[in-house]
Amino acid sequence: MTGAANGAVNGAAAPPRRRAAVPRAAARAAREAVLQETAPGRRTPYPFSAIVGQEEMRLALLAAAVDPGIGGVLVFGDRGTGKSTAVRALAALLPPMQAVRGCRYACDPADRALCEDCRRRRARGALPGHSLPVPVIDLPLGATEDRVVGTLDLERALTAGVKAFEPGLLARAHRGFLYIDEVNLLEDHLVDLLLDVAASGENLVERDGISIRHPARFVLIGSGNPEEGELRPQLLDRFGLSVEIRTPEGLADRVEVIRRRDAFEREPEGFAALWAEEEAATRQRIAAARSRVGRMATPVAVLEAAARLCLALGTDGLRGELTLVRAARAVACLEDAAAVTEAHLRRVAPAALRHRLRRNPLDEAASTTRVERAMAEVWGA
Amino acid sequence: MTAAAPPGAAGAPAEAALVAALLALDPAGLGGVALRGPPGPARDRWLALLRRLLPGDAPWRRMPPGVGDGRLLGGLDLPGTLRAGRKVAERGLLAEADGGVLLLSMAERLPAAAALRLAAALDTGAVRVERDGLALCHPARLGLVALDEGLEEERPPAALLDRLAFHLLLDDVPHDEAVPASLRAARARLRRLLPPSPAIIEALCATAAALGIASLRTPLLALRAAQAAAALAGRRAVAGADAALAARLVLAPRATRLPAPEEADAAEAPPPEAGPEAAAGAPGEAEAHPLPDIVLAAARAALPPELLARLAAAAPVAGATAGGEGRKGPARQAARRGRPVGTRAGDPRAGFRLSLVETLRAAAPWQRLRHAGGAGQRIAVRREDFRILRLRRPAETTAVFVVDASGSAALHRLAEAKGAAELLLAACYARRDRVALISFRGTGAELLLPPTRSLVRARRCLAALPGGGGTPLAAALEAARALATTERRQGRTPLLVLMTDGRANISREGRAAGRAQAEADALASGRALRREGCAGAVLVVDMAPRPLPFARELAEALGAPHLPLPAAGPAALSAAVQQAAARLAGHGATA
Repeated sequence: MTGAANGAVNGAAAPPRRRAAVPRAAARAAREAVLQETAPGRRTPYPFSAIVGQEEMRLALLAAAVDPGIGGVLVFGDRGTGKSTAVRALAALLPPMQAVRGCRYACDPADRALCEDCRRRRARGALPGHSLPVPVIDLPLGATEDRVVGTLDLERALTAGVKAFEPGLLARAHRGFLYIDEVNLLEDHLVDLLLDVAASGENLVERDGISIRHPARFVLIGSGNPEEGELRPQLLDRFGLSVEIRTPEGLADRVEVIRRRDAFEREPEGFAALWAEEEAATRQRIAAARSRVGRMATPVAVLEAAARLCLALGTDGLRGELTLVRAARAVACLEDAAAVTEAHLRRVAPAALRHRLRRNPLDEAASTTRVERAMAEVWGA
Repeated sequence: MTAAAPPGAAGAPAEAALVAALLALDPAGLGGVALRGPPGPARDRWLALLRRLLPGDAPWRRMPPGVGDGRLLGGLDLPGTLRAGRKVAERGLLAEADGGVLLLSMAERLPAAAALRLAAALDTGAVRVERDGLALCHPARLGLVALDEGLEEERPPAALLDRLAFHLLLDDVPHDEAVPASLRAARARLRRLLPPSPAIIEALCATAAALGIASLRTPLLALRAAQAAAALAGRRAVAGADAALAARLVLAPRATRLPAPEEADAAEAPPPEAGPEAAAGAPGEAEAHPLPDIVLAAARAALPPELLARLAAAAPVAGATAGGEGRKGPARQAARRGRPVGTRAGDPRAGFRLSLVETLRAAAPWQRLRHAGGAGQRIAVRREDFRILRLRRPAETTAVFVVDASGSAALHRLAEAKGAAELLLAACYARRDRVALISFRGTGAELLLPPTRSLVRARRCLAALPGGGGTPLAAALEAARALATTERRQGRTPLLVLMTDGRANISREGRAAGRAQAEADALASGRALRREGCAGAVLVVDMAPRPLPFARELAEALGAPHLPLPAAGPAALSAAVQQAAARLAGHGATA
């Protein structure tokens, strides 16, 4: 993928390096695919702007792109509604980031939290920076723990007898997004591991005789279908925003979805070109909102309104309030508003709060309804 | 096949052949087919037909049940790695099947985790591997043939079915006369097909909506099927007849409700035998009726005949026949089951699985030292390097509530059971437990909530619970036994919670046969349940205000504790069940 340090070589086409070490047999050589990263589906992604409807999900993803501090997005909903498509499309909208040249964790030269290598290098002088795309890393099903956290570099250990650390997916996702499809079916031990790293912003590896720590701050994006299984409450709380997504009801919308999807599959590049202008505009909006988010004014009245709503709903802890305000601020920045208002709060309140309500198995009302009810009571209709 | 035919029925032999031709034209675009039917000549002939129609060089791979991630997704090629002294990757089945077809045996027993791996490959046309220290991505554009041999309620996972265009019920040898010998020309035409007209897309979407199909993947798959059909029929663009065919083959088997009747006239539909050539009529035929009506009529004509009955019943009825005669006894593969949760040093000869990668890793740092004596170039692995997989059997239990819904107390009891089921789900979903509910009343038992761990689904199923009537205790125990057997076959531990007042008055056959006969039947069923190894996994909750001796007798026959809880609230009930589950888990854990 994009952030990979090693050069991308297509496994099927390229001949193995150091061929001399491998005796004969072309057939076998073909099977011994080279281990460099191959570009995963270097296919054109479906344009984000071409997604039909699903306003709440799009807004939540954009807000998370503006302010990573919101803490991730959970997209839960029916089958075949384009959850994964939206997340994968987001990657194309993210403005590039500055990273330390040669750093395997893509540390931010302007940041104080650097990896050990960069800290040592900075002691010797300024860090050279270069521009990199923001990583959006897929955590595929069946990923093993060693690839998630990183582990001993087997090849170097075998050939050179060197104990070297081979970074895993968490390192690659640093400063970017980590996307877990079917998050509700993730193996429990991987969930625990992710929770730990997401909470501390740091990946601590103690295995295979390796002891290393590196920064790993990422925005967790999960998607899944609630009919396949519930999500563990600890993980639920870890997502800043939670979006419920449904199949579009209207026939016109459904027809439009199919029409665009067919056009895209027929000719991905041509379709993407049609939407390039809108994509560029959205990219601009995100970049502009990012530069504004630090300065956006949040009136005390808005903070109070958020607190009143959370009190009325009895959400656990302060995370709900914090997320609500941050998400509202991100939306205000996206819309180029002068200040955060109650209207912004209203738009993000269901997403920020619906997964933080105390579960009451005997209350039939869906959590979205409960949030909406509370909004009407506290803030008036 | 059993009479309880599942959703998925495009039955006619000519259609089966047509499905094979369409799939062979565009396996990756259509996702594949769920082929339901027993192994036999019909299936073999169909598979042979598909294979003949695929391009000669298209891969044809078979995925055995229970295949590991390493083989399915790919991973480290150990012999190659050892020989070369550097990491060598091995492609998995998904990557090997790229451009062809992957056959999936016993798809009805496919675990959810494996289904999602397949689904990910179908969605992205690629397989991503992050395993064994490898990060790879291989193309995997393939069609899946899910061989579904399920009886009654066993079905392949829904996440997989959603992505397969065709759900075909195969009960006869396919008639392949209508299918051309070679699809080369059609394949070339498919690549050059003109974009579909908006009217076609609208007709397919409207029909899907009328049939109550929520997923948007379905109309998309139907569109691809229509495109393949157009190419097969020699057209340059999709015509109304192609859309009608796609509606019959892709949409109708997935119907969840009957379309509103309106001017319903099934005679309008194209004759079901219409092969591609026969249906090759010009788009002009559509003039009399607007296209959506024609497509809907086609789908309506192909609706599985038992759909009405199934929809009327709303919930599937648990097979009240003895379910124990399955192909495989309730085999419990103790130490070999479970998911790896890490490794530890140990001896692999004691029946444990060696983790080769971890073993190599443990050996790697010592290679210099071990070769110091000049002993060749091979990797020296010693006994102390051996790492074995620590497997944890998922201590999954399925709590099956068997609830007496008879008589006047029914509503109350059902409400309690429902509350307890929801509390259990809310409390223990971290442990990945499942809950199911069988209610019995009148003359038989009914599976109201199939095993699920989804609160959403549970709520939906439990919303309306009927009550009243006789007490068919024996039938309830038989239904519970069938469900317990299925669960155990899938590696879960069933825990039966029987909630009754013990006043059995309906015989096993469902006749009002007098108390003595009913009680004798119930005791016999109870003893049968116990013989199947359910002892210790049953809890009898006696809900009678004044417990009868019979309930205690039944508990003894079941080898179950008897818990008189005349006014057990949902909370007390779920606590009792959790205690019993913990006891069960105590028996179940393995190394």
